[in-house]
Amino acid sequence: MRKNKVLAKRSHKYMGDRVFHAVSVCIVAALTLIVFLPLLNVVSSSLSSSSAINAGKVLLWPVEFTLENYGTILKYKSVWIGYRNTVFYTVFGTFINVAMTMFCAYPLSQRRFSGRKAVNLLLFFTMIFSGGMIPAYILVRDLHLMNKIWAILLPGAMSVYNVMITRNFIESTIPDELEDAARIDGCSPAKYFLYFIMPLSKTIIAVIAMYYAVDHWNNYFSAFMYLTDRNLYPLQLFLRDILINSTFDSSVVSDPETARAVQGLAQTLKYVVIVVSTLPLMCIYPFVQKYFVKGVMIGSVKG
Amino acid sequence: MKRDKVRRRKLMLIIRRDWQLYLFLLLPLAYIVIFKYVPMLGLQIAFRDYTPKGGIWGSEWVGLDNVIKFMESYQFGRVVRNTFLLSVYGLTLNTVIPIAFALIYNCIELPRFKKVSQTIVTLPHFISVVVLVGIMMQLLNSRTGIYGILYEKITGQYPGDLFGNPDAFRHLYVWSSVWQGFGWNAIIYIATLSGVDMGLHEAAQLDGASRLQRIWHVDLPHLKPTIVILLIMNVGRIMSVGFEKAFLMQNTLNLQYSELISTYVYRVGLAASYGSNFSYAAAVDMFNSALNLILVLCANTVSKRVSETSLW
Repeated sequence: MRKNKVLAKRSHKYMGDRVFHAVSVCIVAALTLIVFLPLLNVVSSSLSSSSAINAGKVLLWPVEFTLENYGTILKYKSVWIGYRNTVFYTVFGTFINVAMTMFCAYPLSQRRFSGRKAVNLLLFFTMIFSGGMIPAYILVRDLHLMNKIWAILLPGAMSVYNVMITRNFIESTIPDELEDAARIDGCSPAKYFLYFIMPLSKTIIAVIAMYYAVDHWNNYFSAFMYLTDRNLYPLQLFLRDILINSTFDSSVVSDPETARAVQGLAQTLKYVVIVVSTLPLMCIYPFVQKYFVKGVMIGSVKG
Repeated sequence: MKRDKVRRRKLMLIIRRDWQLYLFLLLPLAYIVIFKYVPMLGLQIAFRDYTPKGGIWGSEWVGLDNVIKFMESYQFGRVVRNTFLLSVYGLTLNTVIPIAFALIYNCIELPRFKKVSQTIVTLPHFISVVVLVGIMMQLLNSRTGIYGILYEKITGQYPGDLFGNPDAFRHLYVWSSVWQGFGWNAIIYIATLSGVDMGLHEAAQLDGASRLQRIWHVDLPHLKPTIVILLIMNVGRIMSVGFEKAFLMQNTLNLQYSELISTYVYRVGLAASYGSNFSYAAAVDMFNSALNLILVLCANTVSKRVSETSLW
């Protein structure tokens, strides 16, 4: 009798857990939709006609489906200049970043390397204090980097945070004994780096390369600060003109009819440039997701 | 004498053995010194009256004049308050929501569903600030955006412009960052939760604990060190809320709430139309960095005492 009661009570508990599970699924599904639907709306709008967008008809699916907007953007030259420059900054910049990061992380990961404590401290301090915007600007100006591609590539040539996670990775995955053995066999530090550290660090190199690449792709700040030549503008700076400043432009037009037409086309084109600029990252992401997740995990190791 | 000799010999040995290692560090160190420490030295212009002719080293010393000028200006209260409120608001939501999401997500036992949902919620993390603000402006447009359309359908009239509404600024700023970041920020908690000892769960279950109780008594304590570490790191960033997003969302209508320390530094220091004042802007910025440094040190000390977890 008593046992039955206990069992009944327990199954009641399990019943509660079942309900809880269902509620959890609903919450997570709802949050996923909250993230997903705005993105869907953007893509659908980019595939809809201007008149449908202006009339406020587009919610989740394209209305009056058309690819014309994409045709229009093909003719918009600055988007392609921006694209070209961004690809260049991303590829070349990431290459510099990864090289610098590995050069820095390798000596710091070697326990016998004297002076690593001092260098670590020197690096760590830059993470909690910085000179700020104005001295950085003066420095770039005084180095005569203004309006040159180096103004984009050099100030961010290395991220201390990424050096730290790379160093932690090397320390925790490549045993010191390997270095001892290699050295006894006459392997110099440079050779050791080339033949052992680099191949064994493939994972972390993939992780930081992706971190850096995303930063380059999305960066507008340094270009905004240091560049005035539109031929050097990265995509994000053109996007800023199109997405954020143009709203202002079309409201200046006094004739309401023209204003509406300009704004209408502008609205549609905005959706298109959002898709065109963001799609590459979004398409690659699901395939490389595990590396990003791994990066977060390595970064969380206290260092 | 002899000890000196031994020491020097040892040093020579180390250098002969490791000179290549030092060579590796040459470029990175040059970078750190030039692009990180030289600007710190450049910060001295905050105590000078910077003129193009005098430069960083030759302009006249004025002591704390610039800092005092900032503290006495009517902007002081406004930008410090805006910065502080915006980041505390953001910090709270961006900590609580990802943790809650991770705890709930962790309860689900449908692997495929979990995988798809995690991919989707982490996606927005990779959207650039420019595009994020662009998307917000599109979706929240009071006529053509999804917000305007739904508002019109429900109430029968068009809503006012959210971007021109100063009261909306903080909510837009913070909730858009929640939308963009909660999935990404939850990754670390989800991964930590996968390390919970299953034995603890089973024991709790035998004792009759419901799933909710197990979240509270098993999962949450397991997350505590991670939460504390991330919280300290974020407290250190309280006063340095991004220039980029606020600057893009700013317009003359919402300036009263959207002017932050960082955007103010840009406005007085670099925006040419204003008549730039390097020294004053650097002083404002330095005030900010110093405040940050103090906050991080405090947070670290407090957490060391309270939970024995600390950054260093």
